Amino acid sequence: MTDERTPRQDILEEIEAEVAETLADEELPPGGPAYQTVGALVALAIGVGGMVLALDYGLDGLRRPGAGMWPFVISAVITFLSVVLLIVGRRLEDSVAFSRVSLLPAIGVLTFIGLGVLMPLVGFEIPSLVLCVIWLRFLGGESWRSTIVISVCTVAAFYFLFLYGLSIPLPHLLVF
Amino acid sequence: MDAFLDGFAVVAQPETLLYCLIGVLIGMLIGVLPGLGPAATMAILLPIVIQVGDPISGVIMMAGVYYGAQYGGTITSVLLRLPGEASSVVTVFDGFALAKQGKAGTALGIAAIGSFVGATVSIVALSLTAPFVASWAIDFGPPEYAALALLGVLLVSTIGSGNRIKALIAAAIGLLLATVGRDSFTGAERYTFGSLELSQGIDFVVVAMGLFGVAEILHNLEERHGKPHAPAKVANIWPSRKDLKEASPAVGRGTIIGFFLGVLPGGGAVMSSLAAYATEKRISKTPEEFGRGAIKGVAAPETANNAAATSSFIPLLTLGIPANASMAMLFAALLVLGITPSPALLDENPDLFWGVVNSMYVGNVILLLLSIPLVGIFVRVLRVRPAILAPITALITILGAYTLRNSTFDVFLMIFFGVVGYLMKKGGFEPGPMVLAFVLGAILENNVRRSMIIYDGDPTGFLMDPISGTILAVFVLVAAWPGVKALRNRNRPAAASSGETSSTSDNHDLPTR
Repeated sequence: MTDERTPRQDILEEIEAEVAETLADEELPPGGPAYQTVGALVALAIGVGGMVLALDYGLDGLRRPGAGMWPFVISAVITFLSVVLLIVGRRLEDSVAFSRVSLLPAIGVLTFIGLGVLMPLVGFEIPSLVLCVIWLRFLGGESWRSTIVISVCTVAAFYFLFLYGLSIPLPHLLVF
Repeated sequence: MDAFLDGFAVVAQPETLLYCLIGVLIGMLIGVLPGLGPAATMAILLPIVIQVGDPISGVIMMAGVYYGAQYGGTITSVLLRLPGEASSVVTVFDGFALAKQGKAGTALGIAAIGSFVGATVSIVALSLTAPFVASWAIDFGPPEYAALALLGVLLVSTIGSGNRIKALIAAAIGLLLATVGRDSFTGAERYTFGSLELSQGIDFVVVAMGLFGVAEILHNLEERHGKPHAPAKVANIWPSRKDLKEASPAVGRGTIIGFFLGVLPGGGAVMSSLAAYATEKRISKTPEEFGRGAIKGVAAPETANNAAATSSFIPLLTLGIPANASMAMLFAALLVLGITPSPALLDENPDLFWGVVNSMYVGNVILLLLSIPLVGIFVRVLRVRPAILAPITALITILGAYTLRNSTFDVFLMIFFGVVGYLMKKGGFEPGPMVLAFVLGAILENNVRRSMIIYDGDPTGFLMDPISGTILAVFVLVAAWPGVKALRNRNRPAAASSGETSSTSDNHDLPTR
């Protein structure tokens, strides 16, 4: 925030400067041409793969299009647009670079997978509690005290919401 | 008329009222809290809506989340200069300038009143026009639907923010994803790779929860959050008579702009708030006041985004075509509740149609009441740290996906789409067009194929039909427009380069979150 005591020359300039500063602070840097090329190549692969597979499903004629006709046309559009993107899109700056902070979402995904694997085996309570602790303490930097309080309350709230409030049979360990 | 009044009887039931209240409260909260947008929240809530059982209550709740978010987004724009929602981005300048001058209350009050007026006028217009649109569209056949769905996909891809080619690629991949599973015409399996689960097709809810919900949660984990800002003090929430008088023409214009832009596919709240702000600035005798605390600069966009949020229900409820990502979520909610949105909705489910429409009158009254006297409570909500909310939303998402069919396959598929959505954002691709195209994919393919059978394999049949021909002409215009503009700019390179910068910065002062 700006210091309220400074003389206010022009409030618009002041706010614009503040906003620019905040955005520069919060925006992650763009990825560069390599990111653009990889993005276009992935789309190209989807397009070409889609066309090849669609040929197998049978195109038939326009009078009675086969199962492959529609996906073939769509895949051809994807292929064409990807080639255009590959040519003209190298200098775009709309990508976001990976950095060390990108480890956080990677860990987040692992906790999601862990919850999905463990839930049917040991019920949802313990894996959910572990997920909360990891997210609050290690990904979110909360104190141990608030981590424990919030984790326990959240899992308890979900237990009652899903099993009693909405009567959904989630796999669970505790039975009352 | 009877059906219209019956709609109020539906809304007046305590249970429905409760769901309306829950919906607008959740909407307002997520509007205030940066992080999840309305489409992501609606996606995450889909499994819970299915459990509600009663389709009317479920849809009323989802609708409440959407328009409630438009009210909530204003609060953070004014007090913290952080737009809670993309549609409140332009409110930041004048709203925060007013807050700095100690008039935060006035800004919030004007925004709430403008929002209420815009939304209410828009609902009245919706109530009057929707039956006509629906009765006109009731005779639509496959060619008209195919053309309409195609136009919808194109508009959503080209009007939204970001690179057009990328948006079109995302939309086309969405259409391709919609073909996964057993073909309804021939019974052939497409892109299933031998998987039994995939042969039933990919559940739309799973795709939406992944691409919107999980991707946004992952993205938020990575975003560096700057130092928390202390919200400006709020006093004197009721605007003075002078302020009201000054704002009222802007409210009127905002309502009209919002209503018409909201109806367009891809338009909606974000575009209309930008357009309303730009219009006010252009016609003002004192444009230099804009950005320095002009009441009109708050009134116009806030009125417009609520009017648009309301009118964007028209294409969904009358044609069965969602106009934006949030409407696609509502479309999904209707589908999973066993109702296919189409022009027949009004005839076949008048209770649902009028229940949802009339719930918006009630919802907006609730929002007006919540946003003026209770603004202090919402300001306190701003102190909740994002780190605390993250695991809660993560858990709702995963447990919700599991409850869809009690299967972990859905959970893993959702996580997969979440990672895809996250990587798309890294590469500068917006997931919105993909999700919307995925919803429209089956409608588009089925109707194109049916039309080809009707036209005996002659694609020019689409152009001969007056309605589908007109829609396709609009399609060509929209598709060709960027090319025409580029050509025009090339013809006057020097003038264009300076002019272009100022006009774009006019509309895009701030990037959306």
